[in-house]
Amino acid sequence: MPYCVIDTGASRSFPAAHALTQGAAEDGEVVVVIGAEVKRGLTRIREREQKTAVVLELGTECLGVYTGEARGTEGSNVLGFARFRLGEGEPSNLVELVRQPNTAPAALAAAKNLFEGAGLAVAVCNDFPGRIVDRLIRPYLNAALRRLDEGLATADAMDTTLKLGLGYPEGPIALLERTGLAAHFDVTQALYEALGDAAYAPARRARVAKQRG
Amino acid sequence: MAEIRTVGVAGCGTMGAGIAIVAARAGFRTLVYDTRADALATARRQSEAFFAKSVERGKLKQDQVATILGNLVGTTDLRDFKACDLVIEAVFEDLKVKHALFAELNDICPPQTIFASNTSTLSITEIAGGSGRGERFAGMHFCLPAQLMKLVEMSPGLNTSEATFQAAWDFCKALGQHPVKTKDSPGFILNYFLIPFNNDAIRLVESGVAEPAEIDKAIKGAMGYAMGPFELLDLVGMDTQLLLCEAMHGSTHEPRAACPPLVKRMIAAGRLGRKSGRGFHAYKDSKMFGS
Ligand SMILES: NC(=O)c1ccc[n+]([C@@H]2O[C@H](COP(=O)([O-])OP(=O)(O)OC[C@H]3O[C@@H](n4cnc5c(N)ncnc54)[C@H](O)[C@@H]3O)[C@@H](O)[C@H]2O)c1
Repeated sequence: MPYCVIDTGASRSFPAAHALTQGAAEDGEVVVVIGAEVKRGLTRIREREQKTAVVLELGTECLGVYTGEARGTEGSNVLGFARFRLGEGEPSNLVELVRQPNTAPAALAAAKNLFEGAGLAVAVCNDFPGRIVDRLIRPYLNAALRRLDEGLATADAMDTTLKLGLGYPEGPIALLERTGLAAHFDVTQALYEALGDAAYAPARRARVAKQRG
Repeated sequence: MAEIRTVGVAGCGTMGAGIAIVAARAGFRTLVYDTRADALATARRQSEAFFAKSVERGKLKQDQVATILGNLVGTTDLRDFKACDLVIEAVFEDLKVKHALFAELNDICPPQTIFASNTSTLSITEIAGGSGRGERFAGMHFCLPAQLMKLVEMSPGLNTSEATFQAAWDFCKALGQHPVKTKDSPGFILNYFLIPFNNDAIRLVESGVAEPAEIDKAIKGAMGYAMGPFELLDLVGMDTQLLLCEAMHGSTHEPRAACPPLVKRMIAAGRLGRKSGRGFHAYKDSKMFGS
């Protein structure tokens, strides 16, 4: 199925050339809007309701911000997505594809196909702040920073334990150093505001890194 | 500190049997004690099979295995532990059971013998408190399966002497294991992070964020983990997760450690995980992972 990409600039999912952006046509049945100004990109789509699927790149916000919501029955041909990426790290191969209760099955299938066709793995989730991965790992990363402050173990001992004990490719402290503590602050602070759960409250070390600039 | 030559492993279940393999393989004379003779017999068969595989894979020679197995002796008589320089306890996860065992061992073993516990969720200081030798006691938390996993989380209790901890640490290295030092704190490092993480994943399912298979796929793809949280939970078993949560939450009162209601419903429904053929995923057989 031919698809086109509307690039509004500064995409976190596709900061560099990728099979998905390179394989795009001038026009298509599926429209992918990437970049930091999705709202503006949306207005550029003609006959939006006629498209098989319209897929919008999301930050920490919900898809409902763009589609509106209707007492639990919302859903259309518009989906959200984000290619998971930690701070300054390279984007991962994982795309979280966001649906609503009444998302059109054909739209979901087409969007999934498109990403998989570009060599990406797709996990489908409903429209919640932090989707799957951020929602799960931010409390873990905050806890690691807090336990470091509390002297549970050295940073190296903590990282080694999670690598040897669970086979994680990288421990939490090394991962945060590589991808940026301030970037962790931004995401976990946004989720803390959205979810009101203390587990997302930025750990002291993340706040210090953010304040230091 | 006296040199460690003879090691005692008390409790010959899942963990004790593996720890005994590690000690014997590293060249220590290793005594394994259990109240159940059948547990010793099963472990003996499993150890022989394990070392036969090691020969097949070229990791050990036949004559080395003969020496190792000769050094690995099972017993149902705790008095044999009077010969031990260090004892690792791996009996049931119950403070009373552990205290009773250590009280007996304290009478049997010479004063210089170091005691260690493999507990996952109890406090090293509390176990040591009932051992009669709090200053010669250390935490040595191995990972399952101990004969394959190199990590050992080591923690001193409040009264552990520096010399004892150092001797236990050196012994751990002599085992060919990789020790990491942690405080005597609930869950040490690994379970402190893992139990709440798995609970968080279960809560995502409870709150309708995504299906277990999608969450597994997302975590593996995004983080490069070998297993998703639900694949791991199915391996651990819901009954065990409940016990781990109760122990962790009971000692920390941290909300993330509290057992999600879905776990109890799954236990009631017989969806324990791999061992019952169905947990968050369905399995065609109940074979253990990797076997
Ligand atoms: N299973 C794991 O993944 C794991 C991992 C790390 C640590 N641990 C810890 O290791 C310990 C043992 O766990 P397990 O999974 O091997 O349990 P298990 O039930 O498989 O084995 C316990 C063994 O101890 C024996 N036993 C019980 N009371 C005894 C006594 N008073 N004297 C002698 N033998 C006795 C039992 O007969 C049994 O064979 C626990 O403290 C547990 O927290 C378990």
